[in-house]
Amino acid sequence: MAAESPPLLLHVEGLRKRFGDNIVLDGASLDVPRGSLVSVLGRSGAGKSVFLKCLADVMQPDEGRIAFDGRLLSAGDPVARAEFRRRCSFLFQSNALFDSLTALENVALPLEQTTRLSDQEIHDRSLEALRQLELEAHRDRYPSQLSGGMQKRLALARAIVTKPELVLFDEPTAGLDPLRRNAVFAMIAKYQRQFGFTAVVVTHDVPEALVASDRVALLDNGRMCFEGTPAEFSTSALGVVCDFRDSTTALGSSLADIRRVPAPQPADS
Amino acid sequence: MLRTIGRHTLNFVQAMGDFALFTGISFRSAIGSRKIIRRIARAGYEQGTRCLPVILIVGMFTGLVLGLQGYYVLNRFGSESLLGALVSLSLVRELGPVLAALMLVGQAGSALAAELGIQRNSEQIAALETMGVSSHAYLVAPRLIAALVVFPMQAALFITVGLWGGSLSGSLLLGLEPGIYWSAVERAVESQDVRECFTKAVVFGLLTIALCSYHGFNAHRCRSATGARAVSASTTRAVVQSSITVLAADYVITSFLV
Repeated sequence: MAAESPPLLLHVEGLRKRFGDNIVLDGASLDVPRGSLVSVLGRSGAGKSVFLKCLADVMQPDEGRIAFDGRLLSAGDPVARAEFRRRCSFLFQSNALFDSLTALENVALPLEQTTRLSDQEIHDRSLEALRQLELEAHRDRYPSQLSGGMQKRLALARAIVTKPELVLFDEPTAGLDPLRRNAVFAMIAKYQRQFGFTAVVVTHDVPEALVASDRVALLDNGRMCFEGTPAEFSTSALGVVCDFRDSTTALGSSLADIRRVPAPQPADS
Repeated sequence: MLRTIGRHTLNFVQAMGDFALFTGISFRSAIGSRKIIRRIARAGYEQGTRCLPVILIVGMFTGLVLGLQGYYVLNRFGSESLLGALVSLSLVRELGPVLAALMLVGQAGSALAAELGIQRNSEQIAALETMGVSSHAYLVAPRLIAALVVFPMQAALFITVGLWGGSLSGSLLLGLEPGIYWSAVERAVESQDVRECFTKAVVFGLLTIALCSYHGFNAHRCRSATGARAVSASTTRAVVQSSITVLAADYVITSFLV
């Protein structure tokens, strides 16, 4: 008997978005099972961030349906959207930290504004989130006084402090060194398991995404051209998947071709 | 040509409606917003302290110049004793609220438009929305409410300093008896004048901060530029439109209240 698949937390169908003549999303669809970590891969400019912003309700799609926990999110249902925002967090590519607030104040902000916790509880929970992300020592620093990696972790601390059910990550590893990239993916996977939230991660990093994710989707030409498990992604014969997956091998071949040609000798002066 | 005029008129009406909606939504969003009193206090402190030095300096020089000019004009008719009345009525009914509003535009208004524009550019406003926090309630409403309280106080301070400036130039430099100056002030200013002054101050403060917030908040909608240039263009537009609006509103209020 086949194992029963977990219920969907997020169901996206036929998302379309255009900016003038530029069609960015052309019917993109995605299913996100509850409790899973789904990575959305794609080339630069493929519309991954736009897709994620439509999911997060930051941007309105021209067409398409988004259902969260079985309830359709539409412009005419502000209650459903407010409920969605309460249960969802978004981690921006630029981090979007408040530069006039300290690290602790940044993390405390969503708790202060969306919960009825006491000041002491807010302080304790914010400090705990900073401690988990190894930022406790930098609690009184402003974002501009932190390194890029620290800012990323601070943004993650702010995203998880409200204990959301769904966290959307917009290129969380952009601009990080390989070690820190692994650490961020490990951190996402760890907290995703620890807190039980569902995660949708938009990224370029194929190896890390394949290791850390439960499911992988590939966005190309405004559509999801692949959706499946990492194992299925690794063995897929789909041309666009092969191009993306085997990009390192392709780079190796190109470089081998270049190196085969002898380098020109410097002219005698 | 008719089409161009029509398009501009429609754009103007649309912008006015958009601005009115923005202000209305901002005030409405304040209801039930968490810890708004704290944010109002902070906004009031920022608006107040940012403008305080310039209010004191400009107020003093305005009073000094009014005292000097007024004394020489009144002296021609042998009416120097009315200097206090001239300075006080000019300041209370007109110059106090108008000049203080222009100082507010130059100091707090431009800073506010730039700050909100940068917050829009760096996705801080979008981040608030994704957290389920109303950006109107968090960023705009405290500033609007603070302006309603702080700006009349600033106008009153401007007038007080200006009156002392008038006294300084009239009495200390030109030899008018201080008692004559201050008794003329006391006799000239009536409650109706003070009411007009505070009405103007409340309206100017609200219009100025609302316009500057509106332009900064909507910096991403700037058609002529993007990024840092959009912030710069929004700030410039905020300052120019606020200054013009203050003078236009001054005329309208004066024509109704006089």
